[in-house]
Amino acid sequence: MSIKALRGLLLPAVLLLAGCNTVLMSPSGDVALQQRDLIVTSLLLMLLIIVPVIALTLFFAWRYRASSQRKDYAPEWDHSTVLELLIWSAPLLIIIALGALTWVSTHKLDPYNKLERISAGRQVPADAKPLVIDVVALDWKWLFIYPEQGIATVNEVAAPVDRPIQFRITASNVMNSFFIPALAGQIYAMPGMETQLQAVINKPGQFQGFSANYSGGGFSGMRFTFHGMSEGEFEQWVGQAKASSDALNRDAYLQLAPPSDHQKEHPGDPEPVRRYATVAPGLYDAILNNCVQDPSTCMRGMGHMAAPAAAAPAAGDSHGDGGMADMPGMPAGHSM
Amino acid sequence: MSDHPDLLKLFFGRLTWDALPLHVPIVMVTFAVVMIGALAVLGAITYFRLWGYLWREWFTSIDHKKIGIMYMVLGLVMLLRGFADAVMMRAQQAISFGHSTGYLPPEHYDQIFTAHGVIMIFFVAMPLVTGIMNFVVPLQIGARDVAFPFLNNFSFWMTTAGAMLVMASLFIGEFARTGWLAYPPLSGIGMSPDVGVDYYIWALQVAGVGTLLSGVNLLATIVKMRAPGMRMMQMPVFTWTALCTNVLIVAAFPVLTAVLALLAMDRYVGTHFFTTDLGGDAMMYVNLIWIWGHPEVYILILPAFGIFSEVVSTFSRKRLFGYASMVYATVVITVLSYLVWLHHFFTMGSGASVNSFFGITTMIISIPTGAKIFNWLFTMYRGRIVFEVPMLWTMGFMITFVIGGMTGVMLAVPPADFSLHNSLFLIAHFHNVIIGGVLFGLFAGINFWFPKAFGFRLDPFWGKCSFWFWQIGFWFAFAPLYVLGLMGVTRRLSHFDDPSLQIWFVIAAFGAFLIALGILCMLIQFAVSFRRREQLRDHTGDPWNGRTLEWSTSSPPPAYNFAFTPIVHDNDAWWQMKQRNYRRPLDGYRAIHMPKNTGAGIILAGISAALGFALIWQMWIPAAVSFVALLVVAIGHTFNYQRDYYIPADEVARVETARTELLANHV
Amino acid sequence: MSDTHAIHLSGQPGHPEELSFHVTGDHHPANSTLLGFWLYLMSDCLIFACLFAVYGVLGRNYADGPTGAQVFELPVVALNTSLLLLSSITYGFSVLEMQRDRVRGTLIWLAITGLLGAGFIFLELREFAHLIAEHNGPQRSAFLSSFFTLVGTHGLHVTFGIIWLITLMVQVGQKGLIHENKRRLMCLSMFWHFLDVVWVGVFSFVYLMGVQP
Repeated sequence: MSIKALRGLLLPAVLLLAGCNTVLMSPSGDVALQQRDLIVTSLLLMLLIIVPVIALTLFFAWRYRASSQRKDYAPEWDHSTVLELLIWSAPLLIIIALGALTWVSTHKLDPYNKLERISAGRQVPADAKPLVIDVVALDWKWLFIYPEQGIATVNEVAAPVDRPIQFRITASNVMNSFFIPALAGQIYAMPGMETQLQAVINKPGQFQGFSANYSGGGFSGMRFTFHGMSEGEFEQWVGQAKASSDALNRDAYLQLAPPSDHQKEHPGDPEPVRRYATVAPGLYDAILNNCVQDPSTCMRGMGHMAAPAAAAPAAGDSHGDGGMADMPGMPAGHSM
Repeated sequence: MSDHPDLLKLFFGRLTWDALPLHVPIVMVTFAVVMIGALAVLGAITYFRLWGYLWREWFTSIDHKKIGIMYMVLGLVMLLRGFADAVMMRAQQAISFGHSTGYLPPEHYDQIFTAHGVIMIFFVAMPLVTGIMNFVVPLQIGARDVAFPFLNNFSFWMTTAGAMLVMASLFIGEFARTGWLAYPPLSGIGMSPDVGVDYYIWALQVAGVGTLLSGVNLLATIVKMRAPGMRMMQMPVFTWTALCTNVLIVAAFPVLTAVLALLAMDRYVGTHFFTTDLGGDAMMYVNLIWIWGHPEVYILILPAFGIFSEVVSTFSRKRLFGYASMVYATVVITVLSYLVWLHHFFTMGSGASVNSFFGITTMIISIPTGAKIFNWLFTMYRGRIVFEVPMLWTMGFMITFVIGGMTGVMLAVPPADFSLHNSLFLIAHFHNVIIGGVLFGLFAGINFWFPKAFGFRLDPFWGKCSFWFWQIGFWFAFAPLYVLGLMGVTRRLSHFDDPSLQIWFVIAAFGAFLIALGILCMLIQFAVSFRRREQLRDHTGDPWNGRTLEWSTSSPPPAYNFAFTPIVHDNDAWWQMKQRNYRRPLDGYRAIHMPKNTGAGIILAGISAALGFALIWQMWIPAAVSFVALLVVAIGHTFNYQRDYYIPADEVARVETARTELLANHV
Repeated sequence: MSDTHAIHLSGQPGHPEELSFHVTGDHHPANSTLLGFWLYLMSDCLIFACLFAVYGVLGRNYADGPTGAQVFELPVVALNTSLLLLSSITYGFSVLEMQRDRVRGTLIWLAITGLLGAGFIFLELREFAHLIAEHNGPQRSAFLSSFFTLVGTHGLHVTFGIIWLITLMVQVGQKGLIHENKRRLMCLSMFWHFLDVVWVGVFSFVYLMGVQP
């Protein structure tokens, strides 16, 4: 019994100490911060019932042990309407509270929704245009295309502090998950489909990003750095890419996409950072439609789908692409 | 001459000498160890001339008790393999930091975590759960066997055949490197051209036939073969949970069969179900496999809930509190388990309304589950609790499982899941419920029913050692993973950059070491109990002062279970019989109608394994031959009309008189 | 068939100690074969449900390949459908004969059922061969993949049904209409009608709806 009690005390203490400093518990982006609050709230709500249950279990085990030979032994007692009502309604009440919280927060923090606030108490200005970044999960590295700036990078991505970012995410041929824990929750990167993530970074700094869905041999090395920067630094960073002598045309992309020799030799290592001064027009859409190699096939895919750029629907409404595609958010490039 | 190689190709397919891992020392060492072990076992069987005995009394047996025991042996053997995989992963993750890449390259590490998941779910948890249901359910409902005894034997051997295929992949070729659910496009022919995924597909298909048929069998048994007087609401709770689990098996496993068949079509025929081109949709696979996958976890946990219900009420010496609400809770969980599958991939981007729907249904499941926990709690209330080993496991479960349930509800909040999905927090959560729920339940069940199966109790000292090592080891192994999850560490990584994480992985590896001691204690427990079996002997058939019908017959029960079919008037039928001073009848025995043993099950399963192996390696001629053989043997078996016999009344009288004498000498 | 009349399920009022706790006569639980087989059919039904769902998702993903309207020959399929529906009726006749314990009549109607089933399979294979010859095989598009798989799985079931039917004919010929054989005929009957119902689904959902633009 004493070991169990000791463990019962030690464990939460250790967890608490260790848990507070982690990236999920002290993130730097507003979306991740709200997700943190949800984790904590749901934990506390659940503890309301978990702690009494554990305490009662130990207490009953001790109090009603056979050796105590208590007089209130009631071998035939097996029903009490009051207790039954209580034991069904207590969890029910907590789940009602948690369910309401879930419904509201899921809609508020839908990764497809335009951000409403930059951080607590700061609304997004009505005229603010989000920074668009197209993300492509390759084997096993990340390609970031900046359509406004006309540049692209590999395994490095940057954004100005406090400016909303709109990631449009796809993959070349295996499913991955795009995740920068300090910034916001993850979302799958799937070949032939586009997902979106709206986020904002509130603190400058370097943050780790990676794939959170196993995708094959080089998966461990599928890491990149996300930089939160001031506007000026960001301009500089873009300039740096523009000064590069490399251009991301279709041939360059086709060379980049398969696993590199470096990764075959050092599977745990991330691919070195690369920067491209220019990007072939329409490259992201071609990747999304799996037709970089043979542009003539792009059109046939388009026949069945909304134009990819507009394809990410507002959350919650479906646009009837048929079957599974009725799930909102899935279907861009669905039927090629 | 020119067509000679083609014929070879048709015969051997992709199988060449290169498939043997002769150049990989670590696998060869394992191979040598396994082979030496296997040869030792086979040699011992031969030396002691046990083949005939094993064949007659076990392999061809259609006795549900023996089949149940064989399932348990399979599950425990595979537990050792699955746990060896776990230890290898823990070791790799504890050392693979910075410049060190550990001792496992990704192509091995990726196979190991895939095999670990597949083996633990399909070939450890499933056989153990099926084994316990097989052994206990007919006894609990006062039946003499299951509804389809031959099918039962066949089901067991199909499960074993699937396990054999997975084991074969260790030494011939390789296993899948895709994760235990083999999501395409990664598991498609483009990304996984070799035999690994094919091993995965055919092992699960072969074993799946066994699981499905065993589900049908137990369902029919529970519906049709209950003792007279036992109404549905008088069935023991374990039987209720078994009923619900088998409903889930029959309603979920066909989905797995279908989705794996479609994946096989993509790989073998070149169809476009889950490909990224020509209209395929990989996300459909993810949806379908979780429509099976989520009910699957309830298939595992419900019987464990049933075991805890029996154990709590037996060792509290009290009727189970809230029987009716326990049953309703089980049924509600059964139904709801089909409405939550999408919570495994909130991050697919399915819109807020869809995500919150599935999040909330997931949370709703915690209401009946919570009610169950309270029911066990109030069963203990005003009881006289005896802390035998099964009760210890139950206490450990109640405390461990609620924490796992709590983290599960946290994961069910979609925006929180966006941060926690696929992280080590998730890994900690599901091990928390599967080890803390399913495995602890099975261990409670093994300790509880072992005397019924073998006639002697398990040694309590080593049982308690095993319990404490498992308990403490579990928290050392998985509490660090919760923390790492909050640090944003994702699953299935074979190498890490950040050295500050290492300490947590080292603690987790230490936890795995403690669990290893727990397993070792359990093996010692079996050995010690066998040596001390005369001291631990259960002469009465009722070592725990039990409540349900299985304790009314001898330990081990005779082939026919009950000389006279019991009549039931109450939930705790045997308890009531004891309270009313029920006397066993001492004469009036009749001949008992029983099914006959048959070798058809093991033969059919053997051919199925051969067919699976041939398909994996694309050996088309052997595949065709074994397919035809399968048909011929199956049809041939239907021409056998002599499938049953009578145990003569004299024989029954002899067995029962022996028991009467035994009881007289010991009571 | 069970000798369980000796059971007293409730004690006599006022004398609870009179409860009887075991069956003194022979006890034969009811046979579960038909229930078990029905459960198996339900699981099979779920496999078809999955294939239908998959067809529902992928059935319009033509990938520049042909559409249903372009490849389906409705007249042939209509003939096919009538063969199968008719075979269900003839199986029904066979069961009627079985109930009258007439071996010959049972066998004749079984043979006719089998021939109709074989005709169905022949027409289906002809359709498949035709499609594959025109390079519209299951590899052409997701629509054709799901079409071939759904229809082919049904065809495979019918094929096994025919093999089973022949086996049963031999067994009825050998042993006559004994109890076991009757039970087996009833199981096959459920199987055969089940396949018919599934085919009605295939015909309406795949063919009739497939030719709609």
